[in-house]
Amino acid sequence: MPALVSARRTTPGAHAAGVRGRTLGARWAAFAFIAPTCLYVLVFYVYPLAGNLRMGFQDYTVKSFYTGVAPFVGWDNYRAVWQDPAFGGTVLNTVLFTAGSLAVQFAAGLALAMFFHRRFALNGVLRSLLLVPWLLPLVVSGTAWRWILETDSGVLNQTLGHPVPWLASTDLALLSVTLVNIWVGIPFNMVILYGGLQGIPAQLYEAAGLDGANAWQRFTRITLPLLRPVTVVVLTLGLIYTLKVFDVIMVLTQGGPADSSQTLTTFSYDLSFQQLAFGRGAAVGNILIVVAVVFAFVYLRATRDAEGRR
Amino acid sequence: MSYSAPPLARRRAVAAGAAVVATLAIGGCGESAAPAASTDTLTEIDYYEAAPQNTKLPEILAACGTEAGVKIEHQQVPRTQFMPKLLQQASSRSLPDLALIDNPDLAQLAATGGLVPLSEAGLSTEGLFPSIVDAGRYEGKTYGIAPGVNGLALYYNKKLFTEAGLQPPKTWDELTTAAKSLTKGKRYGIAFSAVGTEEGSFQFEPFFWTAGASLKQLDSPQAVQALTLWKTLVDSGWASKSVVTWTQADINDQFMAGNAAMMVNGPWQLPTLNGNKDLEFGIVPIPIPSPTAKPVTPLGGEVWTIGHSTPEREKKAAAVLKCLLGQEKSLEWSKAAGYIPSNEAAAKQLAASDPQLAPFAEEVATALARTAELGTAYPKVSEALFNAIQAALAGGKSPQEALAAAQAAVK
Repeated sequence: MPALVSARRTTPGAHAAGVRGRTLGARWAAFAFIAPTCLYVLVFYVYPLAGNLRMGFQDYTVKSFYTGVAPFVGWDNYRAVWQDPAFGGTVLNTVLFTAGSLAVQFAAGLALAMFFHRRFALNGVLRSLLLVPWLLPLVVSGTAWRWILETDSGVLNQTLGHPVPWLASTDLALLSVTLVNIWVGIPFNMVILYGGLQGIPAQLYEAAGLDGANAWQRFTRITLPLLRPVTVVVLTLGLIYTLKVFDVIMVLTQGGPADSSQTLTTFSYDLSFQQLAFGRGAAVGNILIVVAVVFAFVYLRATRDAEGRR
Repeated sequence: MSYSAPPLARRRAVAAGAAVVATLAIGGCGESAAPAASTDTLTEIDYYEAAPQNTKLPEILAACGTEAGVKIEHQQVPRTQFMPKLLQQASSRSLPDLALIDNPDLAQLAATGGLVPLSEAGLSTEGLFPSIVDAGRYEGKTYGIAPGVNGLALYYNKKLFTEAGLQPPKTWDELTTAAKSLTKGKRYGIAFSAVGTEEGSFQFEPFFWTAGASLKQLDSPQAVQALTLWKTLVDSGWASKSVVTWTQADINDQFMAGNAAMMVNGPWQLPTLNGNKDLEFGIVPIPIPSPTAKPVTPLGGEVWTIGHSTPEREKKAAAVLKCLLGQEKSLEWSKAAGYIPSNEAAAKQLAASDPQLAPFAEEVATALARTAELGTAYPKVSEALFNAIQAALAGGKSPQEALAAAQAAVK
């Protein structure tokens, strides 16, 4: 990637005269090449996004689908969502789910990445096996986890010898869906961090070793600082992915029992497609979009910094 | 039935095709189910994915289509995508001529204005159960009629009851006693579904209504009484804590595996249960709180609706519907699909020939449509109700607390 970037940077100077000499036709051709992408973005991203933003300010009911009439109601939907007795708990669930998933996924991913960074037999085989959770469709792994966590006949409780209501208790349901989501997310963290580790020159460790640094010092003084750009990328991307997690929760608990594992994503679905209050569902969706956009900017900044540094 | 179209119609079809392509390109929400201009083909949509329903329905549709002189284009969509699909079609004004929709969704769909009141299409409701016709009413007009309905009853494992020397329960007291004495080792006395979807509310409603509660007041003493019954069953360990995650299909599996001695379920499970030769089971109506209480179960099942098109097409659709709801076809369909016909004569005929269905047939006359009390407000109240059930069964809340919170949420 850095090689490509620098190559592009040197180009303009070398070919400046050629660019200026381009005919009008060539410029039109350039537009024609860009047009499909622009059209695609407009139709499949901008249009639905604008529609969702607008819907958040409308009293959009089932009737609106047929008549096309949906009166604008200002901030009423947002107010209704704010005052919904389920909203506070849902936000807290979302924060706990996201923070818990990210922290453990990252720690486990980093530990595994460090482990696989050493050379040993079957390294490649084991590493690819760890990717399995990532390869499986979430509905499939979610259903398997539902069986594993079943209170009476699930494998986990059979092993424990004690009927723990993993998915059937309001105290444990959020923890259970978070654990499953962590399992799903570890491979992603491991792969990216493993790539980051390979980018750290081995000489640094050799030099530190000669200076008498122990393993912990080498980790905190070399590995962590040099992994920082990658870490920011992993965490921001992870955050955006985790915020929008839907299938895991839907398959495992449907946000229940009694909303105890409801996050903003499932809440939005619930408002729109269970209660058929599309305006409020869109409002919750918009809140999520704002949060995701903020972190997307963090991500873009971080990647730009990372590229700039090299 | 195919013949070459006259040039004009062909040109119109090309134009319609071009229009569809244009809509696709502009709107991006591709839907090509725009009704054709002719009246010799009607479109139909339903969500039956499993045999025997999904094989029997096209057969009956084809027969009724032939009788009415039209060809019927059959389409099935998975249950979860069914309402979104219909809403999408409503927004492009291309609702199918015939749609078989879940009865609690009817009020919502009728509110769009995209459905034809059946009397205006010239359909008579004579000979049908009034309770079933009422279930398809919205703002005084009938928009949908079920060819057959279902309800809930109590299934019990005959072998276990004989071993314990028990009679199938008729009252709540007998139900808890039976559940208690049949709970043994890994086996629970009873299974029901308290899952966090419409299914959970549907399963609770027979207890809720029979106790005398109303969906307009979720925290009435009668409602608390009904939820206390369920909570007692779970807290005492006579029903699994997992009921909050089990769907009706899951409890059927539990019952078949012998993990539950009784279950609350509907007649649509009969084909599966009868396929298991080792299982001997009986069916009785849902137990009632006192011997004098009036049993009320929620009406389950799908209703036929007619979408707005042209007067000629609507008339044709009504003719097809008349055939589907007639004694012969509604009996044929109900027999195959595990329903009770909405046609009274057919229901009598079926109950006489199939004793398994008798408890369900008995309930139909007094059954209540879920949207009868609340109309389009039902989905929201139903959600508050299943959340309250879950909060009481899995969240350690008292039935009183849970239902009061539910009532506050729908206010």
